[in-house]
Amino acid sequence: MKSAVIVFPASNCDRDAATALEQITGNKTAMVWHQDSELPDVDLVVLPGGFSYGDYLRCGAMANQSKIMGEIKAHAAKGGAVLGICNGFQVLTESGLLPGVLMRNAGLKFVCKPVALNVEETQSAFTRKYDKGQTITLPVAHGEGNYYADAATLDRLDGDGRVMFRYQNNPNGSARNIAGILNEKRNVLGLMPHPERVVDPLNGGTDGRGLFQSLIETLS
Amino acid sequence: MKTVTPELVREHGLTEEEYGRVKKLLGRDANFVELGVFSVMWSEHCSYKSTRAHLKKLPTKAPWVIQGPGENAGVIDIGDGDACIFKMESHNHPSFIEPYQGAATGVGGIMRDVFTMGARPIAMMNALRFGEPSHPKTRHLVSGVVSGIGGYGNCMGVPTVGGEVNFHKSYNGNILVNAMCVGLARADKIFLSAAKGAGNPVVYIGSKTGRDGIHGATMASAEFDDASEEKRPTVQVGDPFTEKLLLEACLELMATDAIIAIQDMGAAGLTSSSAEMADKGGSGIELDLDKVPQRETNMTAYEMLLSESQERMLAVLKPGREDQARKIFEKWELDFAVIGHTTDTSRFVIKHGGAVVADIPVTALSDEAPIYERPYTKRDAVTGTPSFDKTKPVLASLETILAAPDMASRRWVWEQYDNSVMNDTVQHPGGDAAVVRVHGSKKALAITTDVSPRYCRPDPFEGGKQAVAEAWRNLTAVGATPLAVTDNLNYGNPQKPEIMWEIVAGIDGIGAACRALDFPVIGGNCSLYNETNGEGILPTPAIGAVGLLKDVTKMATVAFKREGDVVILIGETKGHLGQSIYLREIETREEGAAPKVDLAVEKKNGDFVRGLIASGRVDTVHDASDGGVLVAVAEMAMAGKIGASIGQAGLPDAIPFWFGEDQARYLIAAPFAEAEKILSEALASNIFVARLGKTGGDALVLDDKDRVAVAKLGAAHEGWFPRFMAGEEIPAKN
Repeated sequence: MKSAVIVFPASNCDRDAATALEQITGNKTAMVWHQDSELPDVDLVVLPGGFSYGDYLRCGAMANQSKIMGEIKAHAAKGGAVLGICNGFQVLTESGLLPGVLMRNAGLKFVCKPVALNVEETQSAFTRKYDKGQTITLPVAHGEGNYYADAATLDRLDGDGRVMFRYQNNPNGSARNIAGILNEKRNVLGLMPHPERVVDPLNGGTDGRGLFQSLIETLS
Repeated sequence: MKTVTPELVREHGLTEEEYGRVKKLLGRDANFVELGVFSVMWSEHCSYKSTRAHLKKLPTKAPWVIQGPGENAGVIDIGDGDACIFKMESHNHPSFIEPYQGAATGVGGIMRDVFTMGARPIAMMNALRFGEPSHPKTRHLVSGVVSGIGGYGNCMGVPTVGGEVNFHKSYNGNILVNAMCVGLARADKIFLSAAKGAGNPVVYIGSKTGRDGIHGATMASAEFDDASEEKRPTVQVGDPFTEKLLLEACLELMATDAIIAIQDMGAAGLTSSSAEMADKGGSGIELDLDKVPQRETNMTAYEMLLSESQERMLAVLKPGREDQARKIFEKWELDFAVIGHTTDTSRFVIKHGGAVVADIPVTALSDEAPIYERPYTKRDAVTGTPSFDKTKPVLASLETILAAPDMASRRWVWEQYDNSVMNDTVQHPGGDAAVVRVHGSKKALAITTDVSPRYCRPDPFEGGKQAVAEAWRNLTAVGATPLAVTDNLNYGNPQKPEIMWEIVAGIDGIGAACRALDFPVIGGNCSLYNETNGEGILPTPAIGAVGLLKDVTKMATVAFKREGDVVILIGETKGHLGQSIYLREIETREEGAAPKVDLAVEKKNGDFVRGLIASGRVDTVHDASDGGVLVAVAEMAMAGKIGASIGQAGLPDAIPFWFGEDQARYLIAAPFAEAEKILSEALASNIFVARLGKTGGDALVLDDKDRVAVAKLGAAHEGWFPRFMAGEEIPAKN
């Protein structure tokens, strides 16, 4: 599996994503600058965590205007896999690649802690290596992870089996405890928790590995 | 330009004698711009005029020290060509006036000190001290400071991995915010601030200059009074987004060989960075302020020179490399301007609007700055053993202590800090020291900040010693070899002889401990005048320290890991209750002698424990400090969610045994066979050792009779902070 990580100004989990991908795939990850106009030939594009453009406007709003986003949309339209983690998820909702928005946490504070998630669906390139209903623990680290969409959209996400992860104890007020969702074509995943931070037991767990191993199995 | 009058001199915080010295050095009267320059460069904050003579006594050398005090941060060798760069610095006064921005810019400032030397910051810590919980401002300050630290550090993508939070009424009008940054670089790629050579371009990089923070350094060098909130405009505003870009751009520039010298613009901004670079390089410097990128129009020379706008750096490049550098900063969309050059005149020359507005010998701003041997009045250390009520039930007191403001879990705080970004955090907040892996290696750095201010008022010397010893102990408790120290000396007004004594004795205590433990001081910061309306803070010499784990898989944590482990206490227990948490929280008295640290015993016990961890024989260790042995055992039980059945060993009275704060002690839990060996080896080495009991069950059981569920202790321990911050009424003490 060949992958690329997009670097926006003030992305700060770009190295983490690349390290995790390289550890699991054994392949070098391409780092793509936000002003580049071309994506390299890859199977997976990762939009990493961070504070793109400082997130002084709505989080992800500025990043969505950057040059590379057109290429990412084209990659997704062709069925290429896109993974947005944390700030990456926020950028994906801003860009319309995923429905809904991520609002300020209900507790109004940044929250960083390991959270238990239910793996809701395993019919996807991102989750096939997990068991349906499995509990995994991934860290969250965000101030704006409170997922919101109107009831019709939420019903559609539920009905289509596109809610991939749900919080067991909601840390941010997210609608229907949603932690991660897929697009309609099931090739774009956005999630607030950080799978790339738990691929090495020294960092407190390996529950994030399944997501990357699922992608390898699907895309290689 | 304003005329310099005696009144104006006074307003600038300079004494009549000091201004006399200015005139002598210049050979004439200073103009208004020059007065501003002298006032910041000779401020306590920049010149260390009260402490310099005493700081010289600290040990600063060891074979592994690459750079000691005097640069932006200290540097140590951690093997394999890697270097660790770190420093701690205060942002106390601004944080009291405007807690969010004060704390945020404190974080930003210390990060720049570290990355200006070529390091990528890999971990942050902070030592925070607030007034008593019942004080009406405390919640607002805690909330603002914590979100400010998080707001800046989280955006930077550098994990905040631990620190301290204490409450005491002496900080009611003057909180302390000390931030520490630890970075990594290659040992052969360290950047210094000596602007050697003439004719080299001086470049300005980062944010534009505005009118914010003017005279911040002078504010940090004066006492507070009730009108201090009027100083809000002198607090700077942080922009972590720009700082993140500045970090990446500087590291990119540093990968080239274009830089001769580089320094961040911190306190006293453009003035201090340029004067210090010229001073260290033995050169002169000439700047044209018309070329400085400006955020506001019609800024005067005075304003530009004294602005403390954040996220700015000054560098001296090799001639002809300007375009190479400019391209990098343009990519990161940062301001870049050549604003002057170095000279061979040894003068600090500033031009504005085509005219020279300041012309000062460089040494007048550095070596010639006044140094004071301020008078001090020695005070005998408080002595005596306090009385206590022997009938108080031990476990009920334990529960009270675990939920006391100074002892309760700080989860509410650290969950607002991203502590796992960069994927190298191995020990998260809550242990004895944080552990952060050196990326891509088996090595790791252990990091801690420590001081027990309640020991430092009754006995400033022993308190200074204890702060260093406790930092050394915390690094040891995770298995690290302690390497070096940064000190952040927070005291009151040095012009009061009784306060000056606290400073001198504190530095002596730090020096004694650092010498005995082979633990050099490689950098630091002094924050004096921490007084409001004449009331000084508790002396608070915060110690930030770093140690090395050669193999991160051989490490200890505080949590009990197995049922049936033997619980062993290393170190002698005499039951020292003076100035203890027990006395304060249960007997509501702050009395008696502070505990003394026997540094030889400290070293012996620590080396023994570290050896056990490094050889992979022990993985469960906790130091026994604040609150004593029983508190330490309870913390191990709560962290591992495993109980223990333990009994008192060696003292007639239960309370001093369980809650005394004797120093140089550790708790270890190990399987039976290993424990037997440890006990006999300790005895053979003349190390005090006692078997307290064994782990197991879901309760803490004392002497086979009294018990309390670990979950109940956990609820008390975790509950206080969130309840307090949610607004629960806290009764005032006394």
